[in-house]
This record gives sequence, structure tokens and C-alpha cells, in this order.
Amino acid sequence: MATARDYLLSDALPHIWCPGCGHGTILGALLRAIARIDPPKDDVVMISGIGCAGRAPGYLDFNTLHTTHGRALAFATGVKLASPERRVIVITGDGDAAAIGGNHLIHAARRNIGVTTICFNNSVYGMTGGQYSPLTPLGAFATTAPYGQVEPAFDLCELARAAGASFVARGTAHHAVALTDLIYQALQNDGFSFVEAISQCPVSYGRRNKLGNAAQMLRWQRDNTVNVKAAAKMTPEQLQGKILTGVLHHAVRPEYARSYEQLVARLGAEREGKS
Amino acid sequence: MEPARLVQGNEACVQGAIAAGCRFFAGYPITPSTEVAELMAERLPRLGGKFIQMEDEIASMAAIIGASLCGAKAMTATSGPGFSLKQENIGFAAMCEVPCVVVNVQRAGPSTGGPTAPGQGDIMQARWGTHGDHPIVVLAPYSVRDTFDLTVAAFNCAEDLRVPTIVLLDEVIGHMRERVELPGQSEVRVVDRRRPDPSRTAPEDFVPYAHTPDLVPEMADFGSGYRHHITGLNHDERGRPFASPAEVDRLVRRLNGKMSLAAQRWGLFQEVATADAEVLVIAAGSPARSAKEAVRSARQAGIKAGLLILQTIWPFPAVKVADLASRARVVIVPELNLGQLVGEVERYACRGRGEPRVVSLTRVDTELFPPAQIYEALREVR
Ligand SMILES: Cc1ncc(C[n+]2csc(CCOP(=O)(O)OP(=O)(O)O)c2C)c(N)n1
Ligand code: SF4
Repeated sequence: MATARDYLLSDALPHIWCPGCGHGTILGALLRAIARIDPPKDDVVMISGIGCAGRAPGYLDFNTLHTTHGRALAFATGVKLASPERRVIVITGDGDAAAIGGNHLIHAARRNIGVTTICFNNSVYGMTGGQYSPLTPLGAFATTAPYGQVEPAFDLCELARAAGASFVARGTAHHAVALTDLIYQALQNDGFSFVEAISQCPVSYGRRNKLGNAAQMLRWQRDNTVNVKAAAKMTPEQLQGKILTGVLHHAVRPEYARSYEQLVARLGAEREGKS
Repeated sequence: MEPARLVQGNEACVQGAIAAGCRFFAGYPITPSTEVAELMAERLPRLGGKFIQMEDEIASMAAIIGASLCGAKAMTATSGPGFSLKQENIGFAAMCEVPCVVVNVQRAGPSTGGPTAPGQGDIMQARWGTHGDHPIVVLAPYSVRDTFDLTVAAFNCAEDLRVPTIVLLDEVIGHMRERVELPGQSEVRVVDRRRPDPSRTAPEDFVPYAHTPDLVPEMADFGSGYRHHITGLNHDERGRPFASPAEVDRLVRRLNGKMSLAAQRWGLFQEVATADAEVLVIAAGSPARSAKEAVRSARQAGIKAGLLILQTIWPFPAVKVADLASRARVVIVPELNLGQLVGEVERYACRGRGEPRVVSLTRVDTELFPPAQIYEALREVR
């Protein structure tokens, strides 16, 4: 039975993440989910963009690719289409996925390409020191929102579902066991899977928004999220301001790379039929 | 040889790519390069290859890099505005040493410019469009047949050196139809990247970015057992982003050292009547066609004219230019821009004291050089 530890490269550690950062917890959940499936390491291609979250693949013993800011899904599309037999996993930040990479997210979801995407959402640009991202809540403070965020935030899960993702889920660093399970399900889905994992950035976000230390931020995640199953039994008033977690969407749709392979096979058969 | 037929430049590019082994194409439509994508969409799946129209040029460039890392020979094609968008990821390919071919069918003008008009305004962008000191090879065909040959060469060069290679067409060459005989598959020399051999290199001994004396480390496909990290960050020989200043220095110098290798192995040019030329024309792409005509007329009129056609633009063929220019009184450089190549020519041609005289002929009015314009210049300076 594989464990998360099997995938960590001891000589690539320690990691760059600050004490209390939620990214390590989320990476742990991802690795435990992979371990449950236990695929050959050679089959896994893990791709990331730029940001604190994007550094994760560099610590892992897979085929790892740390690309340009926002473009991980575009690189992943090339990898998956060229090698449909690989298990392709993308790690992205909220800025990486929703701002500079938003277009690629929409189109990867629309194609339903077989890529499992984990978005480490800490509501801020961590790597560059705390500027607002498209997921920074209205009114929150960031270095580039010194008077409070004026723009409304995205619901990335809604976006992914509307664009065609066949599996959409949201979890948190606080609910790490549940998150592992969600990622495990995402990895099993044959198509584009999107998991938003709520993370905490005490350094670039928590401090500026007086959210306390990492433990307090984790408690905030606990107190402000509701699992969809529990939510079904709650009133709109009770759900006011709450963030839904759990599996938000699952549908069976043809996976893109396989659909293209079928086209190739059909053309091959036609040609042989002719000759 | 295939039987002679009427072929468009963009089609010859596709044929050359396929003959060189291209089996993955990602692109985004833009005039005047679109035919390349359309033909790839039709042909690749019939050959077991893959075509995808991505959401933009940035994504197209990313996708071909991803495919190349899986072992595929991969290409994208674009023009002006799309070429600008590809630049960041072209730099990624240069830094991470990912072989790939980018076709840029140049069009006129900055910005949207003239989508169906010829231009050569991207000569400098092709070399320096992405940030930082980086290696890149740029080949510029001047005919339909040359487009086939140079596209094959572009793939071979990319595989040989692990550098992104640009095929810099211009609208005239891309859209022109010429009656040509294209080589059959068996006549095409195909180069493949060097991969680690499992009988010699165990996975734990594989050093993906080794600073080997030949400057080009072996490259392992994703999934082949040689798991390693690839990053656009400064990295050490193992691909890890912990390089010391000395290691970064070594990396950047090794990468850029590939430009000298490219000059030796992939420096391509053609000469017309240069042996005794006192008046030398140096041109690339469609102006080279007009120049050929002009030089022929000049010879008939008794002018000692010659022509150097640059097929490899970058690395700039400095040695060849310096050699021919050393015997010339005047060098004329016609180009469809305000003078991009001519600066390089001056750099290597001039012996001092204004010798030889370098004359820059430029056009940015979306029209071609008629041979007569170059002929007039040859007559004036003789
Ligand atoms: C093209 C480009 N623009 C800007 C940057 C600078 N940059 C690096 S990381 C980053 C934001 C990262 O934020 P996010 O994706 O939310 O990830 P986090 O660091 O919070 O994990 C930015 C803007 C860059 N590297 N490349
Ligand atoms: S800046 Fe924030 S997101 Fe980045 S490592 Fe530190 S705590 Fe984590």
C-alpha cells in the first residue's frame, strides 16, 4: 500500500511555504488520494503554474512540469492529448486559475479533457506578497486593495460546472480527510475534474484582514463552510454567507482525448476499408 | 520525388513538417497562416497524429511544449499578433530545452497591420521577442520548395539542439503557388532527439540538464521511466530550482552556446554569382526572389553583381557575410521593414573607413520589391 511519503523527494525539501500555510495540508490530501489509487509513478504527470501553490510538483517523484503563470492547463492539454494514457494532474493557485489562466480553465472544462485540477484557493496572490485575486472577497484588504476590495469575487466551482467540467468539488484545508476523499473521487472521474481547495495564507492575507493565526484561519474555514448534504436540510437564512463544500457536480460526458483517439481510429479504419 | 504539382507555400510547410515527423499541431487561426492549421487538421488524424485548435496562441504554444515533452514532434503556426502572444512560452521552451517548431507567416505592420499584406517586420522579434538571453534558431524560406526543405530543417535543428526553431515565412511565400517537385519520404533526412538509453543510463543516474561538452543533454519523454523536474526557474543540472549563482551562470551560458552550434550545423544560405561580386545583395524571404531577378539582369548589363540568400537568419551567418563583404565595394540589403537585417549586415560586413558601403532598401507600404527597384539600386552603385 503506497503512502503520501512515497511521493515526496526528500532531497527537494524543505519546501518554501511559510509556517501555517494551508498549501502543505492540501498537497498532503492530494498525495494521500493518489496513494489510495497507487498508480505507477511514471504514469503521473503533474503540472503547475506560477505561485506558491505552483511550487508543489517540484517536491514530488512524478514527471513534474512547472510552467508559466496561468498556463498549466494549456500545457496539460498538450500532454493529455499527446499521451492519453498518462494520469495528468494540475496544481494551480486562485490567481493562476481564475485571472491569467481563466480562459484555459473554461476551455479545459468545455473539452472535458481528462485532467484533474486542484486549485489551492487562499483568496490572494501569495507569492507576490498579497495582491487581490479574482477570488478575494468583496471588502477584503490586499496590498492592491488598501481600502477594501471593490470587485466582486468569482465562484470558480460554478464557473467550472457551467463551462462543462464533469466533476466539481470544494473542500478545505481544515477538512483534510474529507478533502482527500473529494480528490480521490476527482481522480477517478474520466474527464475534466475541478477541485477548489480552500487554503489559508496567514502571511499575505490573514494578517492584513485580521483573521488571526493559521489555527484561527482554519477555524474560520470550519465555521463558514457547509457540506452540500447538510445544506440540503438548511433554510436559506441558515445558509446565508456560507460556502458550500463536497461534491457539487458530477456528470458523465465523453472525455476529449479519447474522443480524438476514436476519430483517429475511425479514419484509420476507413482508409483500410478503401485499400 | 513526388510528381510536380502546383503547391502553396503554407502547404509545402505542412508537407515538410509531416515528412520531418510532426504528429502534433496546436494552433489558433490567423491570416495569413491559417491554411497551415486547416491542412494539419485534415492530415494529422489520418496519420495517427493529433490536431487541436486551442483557445489562443499562448495556449497553442503551451500545448506543443506539453506534447513535445511526451516525445511528439510538435508545431504551431501563426502570424504577427499571434507571434507576439507566443513569446513567453517560446522562452519557456528555450529555457527548458524543449524541441518545437513555430511557424510565423509574417504580415505587414505593427498591431493588426495588414493581415493579407506581406511584411518582414518580425526579424528582430523572432530573435529577441521573449525576455532574457536565450537561444533560438530562425529559418526564412524564399520559395515553395525552400519552405518544404527549411521546415524539415527546422524540426531537425529543434531535435538536434533542443531549441525552439522558428520558420519565418512571409505572406508572399506562404500564399504563393509554384509548380514544384517535393521530395518523397525516403529522400528526407530525419533527425531525432537523443534519448537516454536504459541499457546505459539507469533512471537514478539520469541528469536531465547535464552540462555536457556537446551542450545538448539527452532528453527523456514523460512516462519513459526517467522521472525528473522541469521548470522555467533557474535550475541546476537535475532541473531543481536551487541553482547557485555559478550554476545559473553555467546554465545560461550553455543554453546560449547552442547558438554557435546552430551556426555550424544549421547555418544555411545560397549564393548566386558571388565569386567575383563587387556589388553584393543580401536578402531573405520574398525580397530574395526579386533580388535574384535583379542580379541576373545586372550581370547581363555587365555589372558584377551577386546575391547571398540568407536561409538561416538567426544565428546570423556572420562568417559568410563577412567573407563575401570583404570582397565587395557595396552591399545592398532589401527588406520589407524599416531596416532590421541591415543592422546585422553592417555589424559583420564593415571593414572600417566606410568599406564596403551598405545600402538599405526598405519598404513598408505593403507592396513587394519589383526586381526593377533592386536593379536600379545595383546600377546606381556600380
Ligand atoms: C506572466 C506573469 N505575470 C505575473 C507574474 C507574477 N506572479 C507570480 S505568482 C503570481 C500570483 C500567484 O497567486 P496565486 O495563483 O493565487 O498563487 P499563490 O501564490 O497564492 O499560491 C503572480 C502575479 C508571473 N510570474 N508571470
Ligand atoms: S505567502 Fe501565503 S500562500 Fe505563500 S507560502 Fe506563505 S502562507 Fe503560503
